[in-house]
Amino acid sequence: MTMIFGIPLQAFLGQLLVGLINGSFYAILSLGLAIIFGLLRVINFAHGAQYMFGAFLALLLLKHWQVSYWVAILAVPVIVAAFGAIVERTMLRRLYDLDHLYGLLFTFGLALVIEGTFRYLYGSAGQPYAPPQLLTGSFNLGFMFLPVYRGWVVVISLVACIGTWLLIEKTKLGSYLRAATENPVIVQSFGINVPLLLTLVYGLGAGLAAFAGVLAAPIYQVSPSMGSNLIIIVFAVVVVGGMGSIMGAIVTGYMLGIAEGLTKVFYPEASNIVIFIIMAIVLLTRPAGLFGRDA
Amino acid sequence: MGEMLHVRDLNAWYGESHVLHGVDLSISDGEVVTILGRNGVGKTTTLRAIVGILRQRKGHISFKGRDMIPVPLHRTARYGIGYVPEERGIFSTLTVEENLLLPPVVAGDGMSLDEIYALFPNLHERKTSPGTKLSGGEQQMLAIARILRTGVDMLILDEPTEGLAPVIVQRIGEVLKALKERGMTILLVEQNFRFASKVTDHFYLMDHGEVVGQFPVQELPDQMPMLNRVLGV
Repeated sequence: MTMIFGIPLQAFLGQLLVGLINGSFYAILSLGLAIIFGLLRVINFAHGAQYMFGAFLALLLLKHWQVSYWVAILAVPVIVAAFGAIVERTMLRRLYDLDHLYGLLFTFGLALVIEGTFRYLYGSAGQPYAPPQLLTGSFNLGFMFLPVYRGWVVVISLVACIGTWLLIEKTKLGSYLRAATENPVIVQSFGINVPLLLTLVYGLGAGLAAFAGVLAAPIYQVSPSMGSNLIIIVFAVVVVGGMGSIMGAIVTGYMLGIAEGLTKVFYPEASNIVIFIIMAIVLLTRPAGLFGRDA
Repeated sequence: MGEMLHVRDLNAWYGESHVLHGVDLSISDGEVVTILGRNGVGKTTTLRAIVGILRQRKGHISFKGRDMIPVPLHRTARYGIGYVPEERGIFSTLTVEENLLLPPVVAGDGMSLDEIYALFPNLHERKTSPGTKLSGGEQQMLAIARILRTGVDMLILDEPTEGLAPVIVQRIGEVLKALKERGMTILLVEQNFRFASKVTDHFYLMDHGEVVGQFPVQELPDQMPMLNRVLGV
């Protein structure tokens, strides 16, 4: 058997893949958090709940209305984005003039409400969601078997991240967003409806979280707590990448996912805390994060 | 020349503190008007209240006959008012050209990108560099240029010459003269009244949140004693 650093190659590549999958979710989720924080200056604690909401919605749509995965992956993000937009318009908006802490507390409360509602209605046990027929089975890569669905997750999450990055860096709407992140008042004096931009951005962030949720449904069990387990790690990713840096969020997401996977190979005991150790080191040496602009 | 902007009894507050005490102003179509005054007498506040950035305001502001008090900030530009703030508001995460193209065009008679680059050749040379890599003078040019593209009828400029070298100040003076010839209405706040006297038609003098005097530019020599007293120069 081929060995690498005294580890069987299969195990090494297997964990690398697990790391890449987890990294995909970290990347999409921290990307949404970074966009929301950049423009709204709100630390969106409801992000994990919105991710779980997405996964649950896909499950319920399939169960009760036989809505396929393919429809769900398009429709669910739109539904959750609309939910996010309504939350921003009716509630979150009222907190912008107050200390940032209020936004954090509000979204934290919102997360508890969403999670509690699902737990009350559907119990806390995880429920399986079968991957679509087209994405079952696995590729034989020669050195390992790659489940088709996992390959799909890696590819489509990269597409989602690059798409969002292009939207922000290369389009007119994106230039409004970047400008409004720097100086919303001036942007508004140019005749751009900044309050509407804020609603759109919160909706976009929530929609991205829901998209990740639908992607995750066939891999992890769908349960009310799936979001809160993940979101703490994602916050660490955002801190390491640097608040408000889009590319930083994406790259750090993948990097830390892989770092976590590799730790599982070499020193499994540390795999649950390696991200937080990296976070601590980054905070001590580069408080603005690896890609942060201002210290 | 019809009246373009009419401000009457404008009061404004920052939180509890009452900073404008009944400002009156009037600007005709195609006129250039300058507000003079020392630091902290309410010149910038007057501009911010007219544009609608400062919402704690009372009184009457009409622009081309339209009551501007209930108009939300993001509509002011659509009705034809372009504002260049004192800090210029150049975006560092956007390139020069992205900065230039950022404000939406609100009327068809704005300058084209080519005309703007003809008027500001420096900006063309540096169009792909980030906004904040520009010198102070270039940033000021960019801040003015991007408003000119939008086709607004009135330009509000807050201390465009502040902190700039004399040669740049002269260049900005030339640009303002060129705009005036094109029929642009301009409201200017300046400390440098020698600069302003080369482009302006009419002066307003502010002190303690009020207009304490006004006169056409021709009377500037006669008004010097009063100016010296109020400005403390």
